[in-house]
Parts: sequence; C-alpha cells; structure tokens
Amino acid sequence: MAGKKNLFVRIFKFYVEGFRSMTLGKTLWAIILLKLFIMFFVLKLFFFPNILKTNFETDEERGDHVLENLTSKTNE
Amino acid sequence: MIDNLDMSLVDWSRAQFALTAMYHWIFVPLTLGLSFIIAIMETIYVRTGKEEWKTTTKFWMKLFGINFAIGVATGIILEFEFGTNWSNYSWFVGDIFGAPLAIEGIMAFFMETTFIAVMFFGWKKVSKKFHLISTWLVAIGSNLSAYWILVANAWMQQPVGVTFNPETARNEMTNFWDVALSPMAVNKFLHTISSSYVLAAIFVVGVSAWYIMKKRDLAFARKSIIVAAIFGFLTSVYTIFSGDGSARQVASAQPMKFAALEGLYKGQEGAGLIAFGFFSTSESDPENENLKDFTLKLEIPNVLSYMAFLDWDAFVPGVKDLIDGNKKHNILSAEEKIRRGKIAIAKLREFKEAKKSGNKELETTLKNEFTSDAFQKEYFRYFGYGYITNTDQLIPHVPLMFYSFHLMVALGGYFLLFFVYVLYLIIRKKAIEKRWFLRLAIWTIPLAYLASQAGWVVAEVGRQPWVIQDLMPTMAAVSRISTGAVQVTFWLFAVVFTTLLIAEVRIMVKQIGFGPKGKGGNK
Repeated sequence: MAGKKNLFVRIFKFYVEGFRSMTLGKTLWAIILLKLFIMFFVLKLFFFPNILKTNFETDEERGDHVLENLTSKTNE
Repeated sequence: MIDNLDMSLVDWSRAQFALTAMYHWIFVPLTLGLSFIIAIMETIYVRTGKEEWKTTTKFWMKLFGINFAIGVATGIILEFEFGTNWSNYSWFVGDIFGAPLAIEGIMAFFMETTFIAVMFFGWKKVSKKFHLISTWLVAIGSNLSAYWILVANAWMQQPVGVTFNPETARNEMTNFWDVALSPMAVNKFLHTISSSYVLAAIFVVGVSAWYIMKKRDLAFARKSIIVAAIFGFLTSVYTIFSGDGSARQVASAQPMKFAALEGLYKGQEGAGLIAFGFFSTSESDPENENLKDFTLKLEIPNVLSYMAFLDWDAFVPGVKDLIDGNKKHNILSAEEKIRRGKIAIAKLREFKEAKKSGNKELETTLKNEFTSDAFQKEYFRYFGYGYITNTDQLIPHVPLMFYSFHLMVALGGYFLLFFVYVLYLIIRKKAIEKRWFLRLAIWTIPLAYLASQAGWVVAEVGRQPWVIQDLMPTMAAVSRISTGAVQVTFWLFAVVFTTLLIAEVRIMVKQIGFGPKGKGGNK
C-alpha cells in the first residue's frame, strides 16, 4: 500500500516538477487553455448547441424528428 | 422540409466544415510524421550515446510540441458542427461514428497525453530506454488515433457493416470489424499517414536547409537531413503504392469520383490516363457547368483501366455512363437510382405513418419489408438518390477534382525526386550547400502542405453530393438552422483558426531562430 502511495506521489511530483520547469511550454499551455475556453465556453455554449439534444428529451423523440425530416415530401 | 430547404444553408454549412477541416489538417500531418522522425532520432541517440543526437531529438521534439499544442483539439469543432449543422446526419449515422471516435478519444487521451508528458518532462527523470519507449508510443498512439478518425471518414465514403433501423432512424453496426477493417479505411489510413510522413520529412529537410543557408548549426542540420531524407524517400515510395491502392478502391466504390478526377466523361475500355491537361472555359455539356472540355491533354493509353482494375483493357465508366446508365456494363442510370431511392423513402414514410397511427401490425410488416435483404439491396442502397432533384447534382466539380488530383500526384512525384536528389548528394558526399537547392528545400515545405490539402479536396469534394455515399446527400443531412448563424460562425472560425496559425508560425519561427542549442531550454 505504501509502495502504491509512493508511486502516485512520484507520478504527481513528476508532473508538478515538469510543469514548474517549463519555459516555452508555459506559453503553449496558455494557448491551449485559451483555445479550450473559446471552444467550450464561447463557441459550444453560444453558437453550437446540439440541436437534437437541446430540442428533444428522449431518443425516441429525436428519432421521430429525424424520421420526419427524412420522409417529408421531397420533390415528388 | 427538404422541399423548402435554402440551398445557401447547405453551401455555407459545407464551407464551414471545409474551412474547419482544412485548418485542422494543417496541424495533423506534421504531428503524425514528425513523431516518428523524432523517435528514429532518439533511437540513434540511445544506440550511439552521442549527445548531439540528443540535442537534435530535443530540438525537433520542441517543434513537434508547438505544432501539437496549437493543433490539439481543433478537430473537436468538427464534432460540434455535426451536432449543430448536421443533426440529421449525426443521428442517421448512429453508433458508427460514436464507436471509432470513442476509441480515438480514449487512445489519444491515455497514450498520447501520458507518454507526451514523459517525452517532455522525463529526460532526466526516467531511464533512457523508458523515455525512448514513450517517444515511440507517442508516435504509434497519434497514428492509431488517426486510424479511428479515418475509419469514420471511410465509412462515409463506403458505408459497410451496418443495417438501418427504421424505428430509430439510425444505422446500427452489425459487424465492427467490417467497419474497422474495410478496404476503404485501410487504404485511406495508409495513404494518409504515408503522405503525412512525407510532409514531415520535407519540413525537417527544409528547416535544416535554412540553417545551412545561414551557415550555422551545420552538423545538426546535416544529421537531420540524413534522417529525414531516408525517411522521406521510403515513405514517398510507399505513398505512391498506397495512393494506387486508394485509387483502385475509389474506382470500385465511388466511380463518379474516379471519373471526375480524370475528367472522363464517356466510359472506355482500355481507358487512358490523362497525365497532364487543361480545361477550356466552355462547357462540354451546356446544361452542366461542372463539365468542361479539355483544350490540351497528354494521355497515356490504357493506364487508367489498369490503375482502376489491374486490367489494361477494363471498362472504366465515365460521368455520362453513370448518369445515363450503360446496359452493356450493368450500370443503372441516375434516373433509375432516383426512382428506387424515392421508393425507399416512400416505404420509410409509410412505416412512420403506421407508427404514428399506432397500427402495430402494419408497422411490423413494413419494418420487415424495409429491412429485408431484397429491399435493402434493390432500394435502400439508393436511399439518398431519392432526394436528388436533378441528375446534374450527382456530378462533382470536374475541373476542381482534376486539378486537385493532378496537383497532388505531380507534387508526390516531385517529392520523390527531391528525396532521391538529397540522398544522391549524401551518398556521393557532395555538398548540400548549393544555394539553389537550399532555397528549393525551404520552398518545398508549403508545397507539401498544398499536396496534402489537395488530397483531401479530392477525397471530400469528389464525393459530393454525398455526405454518406448513396445514402444521404448533404441537403438531407443539414440541420434547418438559420443561414446567418452559419455565416457568423464561419467567419468566427476563420478568425480563430487564422490567429492560431499565425501563433504557430510565429512561435515556431522564433524557436527555429534560437536553434538546437536553444534559448529557454527544451521543455
């Protein structure tokens, strides 16, 4: 158990020290975090709702909606 | 609903998807290829113990890190677009997309992120061997991730291993391995990764050439060129073979795409390959602006037939055979496919109405009829044709296809010659310092990106109008949202991605300027 704990601590320290000693990596992480923020908190939230998930509660309703779309009068 | 569809919505949604995918693809091929070049360099370091190889590995690892960091997650936006802009499609594909993308997500997360950390943080903390294994696992992991994405893409080009369930309006996977190991997926993967390796090798040679031109870090630059040139030469040769496999696959599964990329209007036995050609501005068919006549062409007899079917005299259908039909060669006309598609849609409608009215018996009968092998084979396989209003919609933009395909092939040939020349210089111990060559090497970098993007134009524009080959055209796949909203997000993406690209180029140029010994370490 102590060995396992020790392993987790070592892995944790590995990451912490790695992040601390970054130079260029810090800039890259800033870009990654900014990018993820724009993607998930701006684009996804305000511009990209999952239409079927937002507008319908169950899979059955979603399926019926798509079925309706696919079979509505086309060009006959 | 489809009859009221605003076609500009379809066009803007397509443009947005194309923009996102093309920007995403700027980052991906370098990651796929550079990861292996780094692994090879580190292997040399571990085997020889020479510090200069460690420095070389760490420098290219740094550029890999920049590209990875800027490019990572740009593909997620494509998934957002599926849910918003292509909701009918994303429902219709069912779990076919879910399974490969979930595997990709898990693989990318565990393999890449875990071992990337060891790759960047572990130089002084883990053994040389463990570090090397991690570097190889990053390379293998990122390439396997690409495999699952390409499985999903290949399924759209050739839907296999599924049955459509009318009750849920979804395709259900009947055989995972048919989907995962479809010839289309395997060929697409091999061609995509090998061409990405070529791109990365060109990148390494080009950047190294810049150092030689500046007369600095010469030993490092020469070592990098040797590894990249050998890697680039081998993968260039393989790219030609994998491209050949891909072309054969397209010829059988997507004959219209194949005809379009060669500008073949009328089918022929012993069809020639147009090695070189230019279209006139006038239309071959006045009613279809996608069909232009050639003003100039250089044709190599019988090669197209061989390329498509490994038979010098095989019949290769042209655009007109696929539209008008060809009884001799058992090719149905587009009108007939449209008729069958409409029957499939009508049957699905009947089923929907029976379900709505609560008539269980009729519902079961119709479901059984719809899912019977005979109906699937005769009618459902043409389901998407039922949405086509004019047979011209079935023809992709021939000049764009032809030029993209020939540009990709010509550049692929040039890359091979380029690597042959570099290897010649290395083997003959001739100076690589010739300025014209160094300039050429640098300018070959954008050409590699151009070839890579052209390949995707061939793959994706060539399958129009299909979002899923023969089953679902773009007009049936698109969500009924406002065109204005799609336009806004199109420009938003253009700004975000261009900013990311500028950031990538600036950071990379700065780090290249610092050189392998660097400023600010190698983390």
